[in-house]
Amino acid sequence: MTTPLLELSGLTKAYPGVVANSEVSFDIARGEVHALLGENGAGKSTLVKTIYGLVQPDAGHMRLDGKPFAPTEPCAARASGVAMVFQHFSLFDAMSVAENVALGMEEPPALNRLAQQIREVSNAYGLPLDPDRIVGDLSAGERQRVEIVRCLLQEPRLLIMDEPTSVLTPQEVNILFETLRKLRAEGVSILYISHKLEEIRTICDSATILRHGRVVGKCDPKTTAARDMAEQMVGATLSTPSRASGRTGEVVLELSGLAAPAPRAFGTALRDIDLELRAGEVLGIGGVAGNGQDELAMALSGEMAVAPGMIRFKGREIGREGVTARRHMGLLCAPEERMGHAAAPDMSLTENALLTAGPREDLVRHGFLRWGRAKGFAERVIERFDVRTPGPGTAARALSGGNLQKFVIGREIMQRPEVLVVNQPTWGVDAAAAATIRQALLDLAEAGAALIVISQDLDELMEISDRFAALNGGTLSASRPAQGLGIDEIGMMLGGAHDMAPAHGEG
Amino acid sequence: MIRLERRPEPSRAWTIATPFVAVALTMLAGGLMFAVLGKDPVEAIRTIFWDPLFGDFASYSRPQLLVKAGPLILIAIGLSLGFRAGIWNIGAEGQYILGAIFAAATGLAFYPAESWLVFPAMILAGALGGILWAMIPALLKVRFGTNEVLVSLMLVYVAEALLASMALGLLRNPEGMGFPGSRNLAQYPSAANLDLIPGTGLHWGVALALIAVIVGQVVMTRHQLGFRVRLAGQSPRAAVFGGVNPGWLIVVCMGISGGLAGLAGMFEVAGPAGRLGIDFNVGYGFTAIIVAFLGRLNPIGILLAGLLMALTYIGGELAQLQMNLPLAAIQMFQGMLLFFLLAVDVLTAFRFRMGRRVVA
Repeated sequence: MTTPLLELSGLTKAYPGVVANSEVSFDIARGEVHALLGENGAGKSTLVKTIYGLVQPDAGHMRLDGKPFAPTEPCAARASGVAMVFQHFSLFDAMSVAENVALGMEEPPALNRLAQQIREVSNAYGLPLDPDRIVGDLSAGERQRVEIVRCLLQEPRLLIMDEPTSVLTPQEVNILFETLRKLRAEGVSILYISHKLEEIRTICDSATILRHGRVVGKCDPKTTAARDMAEQMVGATLSTPSRASGRTGEVVLELSGLAAPAPRAFGTALRDIDLELRAGEVLGIGGVAGNGQDELAMALSGEMAVAPGMIRFKGREIGREGVTARRHMGLLCAPEERMGHAAAPDMSLTENALLTAGPREDLVRHGFLRWGRAKGFAERVIERFDVRTPGPGTAARALSGGNLQKFVIGREIMQRPEVLVVNQPTWGVDAAAAATIRQALLDLAEAGAALIVISQDLDELMEISDRFAALNGGTLSASRPAQGLGIDEIGMMLGGAHDMAPAHGEG
Repeated sequence: MIRLERRPEPSRAWTIATPFVAVALTMLAGGLMFAVLGKDPVEAIRTIFWDPLFGDFASYSRPQLLVKAGPLILIAIGLSLGFRAGIWNIGAEGQYILGAIFAAATGLAFYPAESWLVFPAMILAGALGGILWAMIPALLKVRFGTNEVLVSLMLVYVAEALLASMALGLLRNPEGMGFPGSRNLAQYPSAANLDLIPGTGLHWGVALALIAVIVGQVVMTRHQLGFRVRLAGQSPRAAVFGGVNPGWLIVVCMGISGGLAGLAGMFEVAGPAGRLGIDFNVGYGFTAIIVAFLGRLNPIGILLAGLLMALTYIGGELAQLQMNLPLAAIQMFQGMLLFFLLAVDVLTAFRFRMGRRVVA
């Protein structure tokens, strides 16, 4: 047997107060897709950053090709053949694809030669990309292609991908997997980080599972059940969210011909959306990011005013009503972006409780704030949703993403909404917390509230929705019962692959 | 290597310590400047900070402290509200002038009738003048998205021209033998804003400034308006989600700051200044911006900062008289205060770290 491409042995990295990695050892073989699994905070990011030269380990060492490998900065890692596609893209909206790629290179060739290279590489790997297009006009899937092509131009031996499918439609995921298989066949190794266990079972050859910074298991994902992997990640048995009946009542929310211009540059205009939502019902809205999710949520929350008759709440026209008036009625909303939208980062949790709970929890009287009640409410949210924080006086910024998400979703749920709109309720939240949030949402529906869950996580939507609809380019497809909906049908509803036809098998 | 690192949470200790460190550094650098100018730095600093309160002429300068601090505090309290919300009213000087013009015009319209109604009417007119002048940048911003910094600042110069025109024309003293300037309101009993306790400098405007400090503190800590102001300043998107109407907030904050600046102008023209002359405004509206920041946009802080700033004004004048220090040096000294404040302010959100850079 040949030596593995990359050997990690005893990698340890501690930050003040937390050990991010503790004696992590595993090998990545040549030409394998190796999954790195773990909850948020399990130490995946730190480990990957160590390999990519962004973080130096306190102890332990790495060997690449059997030779010592200790990159002190990303360009050293890149020079050794390690490339990385980040979860959050570092692209400039106003520049072309080729210009963006050139920005990431140490010595970029002339722009027209680079454009030619981009065309060649992207076609060779089945990720067609026009180097002259402006990045601001690209879909999320296409932006990811830019990042991947940027890496492929360096002819890497190890490609690290952090949550690559979170922004893709099922069809786009298939295209990406074809590309990964092609790379694997050429002997490139891939370190694949994801929460989505079914994907890992499809594409990965081996898996390493991290928990609390330690390797707690290794497995062959092709032969291991997703549930087993999840339980190894969490270190506990998981319960699947469930609801008893699924009875529905009166129509509480009605959208008719909802349309609105894009509120900002590179936003999406909403076009002619019709919808009826009944009490006790969960409507899942899927779609690739940037297809009008934010705009729909803002139109429903009242942050974006529309014509009065476009939105009806219990028969009443509310399109022009503001945020506070809608909260009074019982129409609540939890936006996708936690920091700076759902919560003010520099304010305490008590103050963030006041942000939305004033009208329904009676936290304001005659214009004066009732701090005691606000603190009490924040404490109840913290307790019921197991928000890990020293107390309600902590600044929202100091909470981890998952904990803050529990707080902002919990804050709305505990106000007993009649209609709750949530956008990406479990984004970046670990498996156990995600299960808590989903169960709380289902309990809320069971108690008679109507829910709209906007998410890019199709598994999540299928798990909790009664009906499913897809947003595509600002229009909403007709909704269909979620039960028995196949992945291909969902893909079609999401608008196919957004004109990004796969090039595999064509040439 | 020394580098700056963002603190996980803003430092509370530094928030409080910053003004004191800034004052100390100003004394050091200012002392150095005075020494370079060939003056005894210790004596200069003493003349500025000590003599106005406890020196030989303190009985004259002590009341001046309140007379000067009053308008600074009143204006700064109003400005701080907007500044916290990210609404930058730089034109308080113009609103101050308009408040004085409106108030003087109202008072003079009644002259020489004696009635207790004249003074309250002038107060209302002063506030109205400031509010109306502030509504120009406010409404332009709400309606057309113009920059309130530029519009409010440029309106100061319009206000100064208007002041000159009034002092030379409509409001000129008919018995003034052609000299510019209005009648002396301080000598018109129904309109005069006199000391509440004679000889202390404590006139109605100073009393109102103290009330504004208390009300400001209550609004910022206990009232929804203060919460909305802070929210809008920290995270505008979260503020909209929390139910704040940004346009409404601009109008309210500009209105309050304009109104208080107008009131400051009213109390000045009816009291310490007495007359509406060409050179009626002396920069309170601009200095109040420094006071607002020196006081950390906090009402209690503004109270202290206003007194300190008034002290450097009076002390500065004293130093000019007694030590022949040039006016420019005094102004530089006051400028240093803001400079050091902003420089030291970095430490509330950042901290120094020695050693090699680590990328996280």
